[in-house]
Amino acid sequence: MPLNIEKIRKMFPVLHQEVNGKPLIYFDNAATTQKPQSVLDSLTGYYEHDNSNIHRGAHTLADRATRHYEETREGVKNFINANESAEIIFTKGTTESINLVASSFGRKFITKGDEVIISTLEHHSNIVPWQMLCEEKEAILKVIPINDKGEILLDEFENLLTEKTKIVSIVHVSNALGTINPVKEIIKKAHQIGAKVLLDGAQSTNHLDIDVQDLDCDFLAFSAHKLYGPTGLGILYGKRSLLEIMPPYQGGGEMIKEVTFAKTTYNEIPFKFEAGTPNIADVIAFQKALDFISSLGKSNIKRHEDELLDHANNSFGQINGFVPVGTAAEKVSVISFNINGMHPFDVGVMLDANGIAVRTGHHCTQPLMQRLGLEGTVRASFSVYNTKSEIDQMAVSLAKIAKIKNK
Amino acid sequence: MSSIQDIQDQIIEEFAILGDDKESTIYYIMELGGQLPKFPEEERLEENIIKGCQSKVWLTTREEDDRIQYLADSNTDITKGLISLLIRVLSGRTPQEILKADLDFIDKIGMGNIIGSQRSNGLSAMIKQMKLYALAYQAKQNV
Repeated sequence: MPLNIEKIRKMFPVLHQEVNGKPLIYFDNAATTQKPQSVLDSLTGYYEHDNSNIHRGAHTLADRATRHYEETREGVKNFINANESAEIIFTKGTTESINLVASSFGRKFITKGDEVIISTLEHHSNIVPWQMLCEEKEAILKVIPINDKGEILLDEFENLLTEKTKIVSIVHVSNALGTINPVKEIIKKAHQIGAKVLLDGAQSTNHLDIDVQDLDCDFLAFSAHKLYGPTGLGILYGKRSLLEIMPPYQGGGEMIKEVTFAKTTYNEIPFKFEAGTPNIADVIAFQKALDFISSLGKSNIKRHEDELLDHANNSFGQINGFVPVGTAAEKVSVISFNINGMHPFDVGVMLDANGIAVRTGHHCTQPLMQRLGLEGTVRASFSVYNTKSEIDQMAVSLAKIAKIKNK
Repeated sequence: MSSIQDIQDQIIEEFAILGDDKESTIYYIMELGGQLPKFPEEERLEENIIKGCQSKVWLTTREEDDRIQYLADSNTDITKGLISLLIRVLSGRTPQEILKADLDFIDKIGMGNIIGSQRSNGLSAMIKQMKLYALAYQAKQNV
């Protein structure tokens, strides 16, 4: 069923404004998506009616807040089809989720000479935590190469796998190029030699159907704010069998069972990994974002976004001087490009002057940019509330900008 | 030669003509960047790169008759335009004039709104580096 985009747009108050005298066209959705009114209402509603600290209160408000907080955990469990809600841990964001695994799993299971595999497509947040771990443990970080289209070389990946490989931490969808990686195959191959797999789902969970049991990934990290939810909230999914044997990430309240000065015993999962008062309001409001997604249907969202991507490829492709970056066969609605003779930052500033919000630069993927021989790109990323007419308007602006250096 | 203040006033007037139209203002800045004299390739060195700029900026100087000539370049046209404004105001001045200069044109033309906060930081880094050169020349001249 085709979605009623005009009706959807009405749910997002931020979209209805002018920027530099032009109607806002928001094409920076891979950085963060906008929030529907239901999420905003839930945030204020929580502070207006339910604000209290969760899990230990004996009073009605605490009980209500706890219930809503745990309902979101159940909602996230359903969203990614986890086996049980105890496998869902709330964090600050994808970055913290990855750091949690690198720090906790890494500290316990990775020793000198062990190997960690990532790919050329990784965001800095899926590079640096592993570099830090490998440095500390004298372990080895290996990187799966890509081809010029921005696709992972699976054969090379197989060559990198050894009995020393302890974990493969890989991005599901590239933030800079939009490439969808063949993660199911990667997971299968990694498991054959006994390695665990962490999926960085920051850019995939909003576009693709995610079923962690079907994928059989050991960990999945993603962020609420890229899924129409609030900022400052991330999710780490982990298989129970692993979470149970991993040491806590941070110490404090909530994560303990019993504390004496001699010894502390830890709480059950997921609480073992949620030290301190969590981000209660944002967790509760995130359920509204999940409701928004399921009310539209992920396959309907994907269809609309794919149409936008096709439309953008066709219309931008006709612009003299337009150079697409990342042309993988499997992509989400992200279009990365350069304009001949122009710095991406200049293109971004000029698009902004036309009310069009895009991202420019290295997209926190400097090693990828080095591999592609680029300083950066301009990236337009589309979401469910974007329209073909917005893409047409960007094409007009872009053609004018490109003309400066491409007569 | 007009004073630093005179040149700043000229720039303020030029930008006033462009008004609030951000697009035309950016085109104008880029055009100015295009007019920047060619940067000597032998000076395109790591040590001449200004730290703190998001885009790459190279800056070096020559001394002529106790006055400082600035030579600069950038890999982005907008940044080149911004440098060309600074060079127009500060190049060919004595170190003392440069050190004393209050570059109020940047605020008065609303540069922060035009280029955004990240580039404003870069612009501050450029000004700081230009003044540091002036300080070094002044110290040398006083020996």
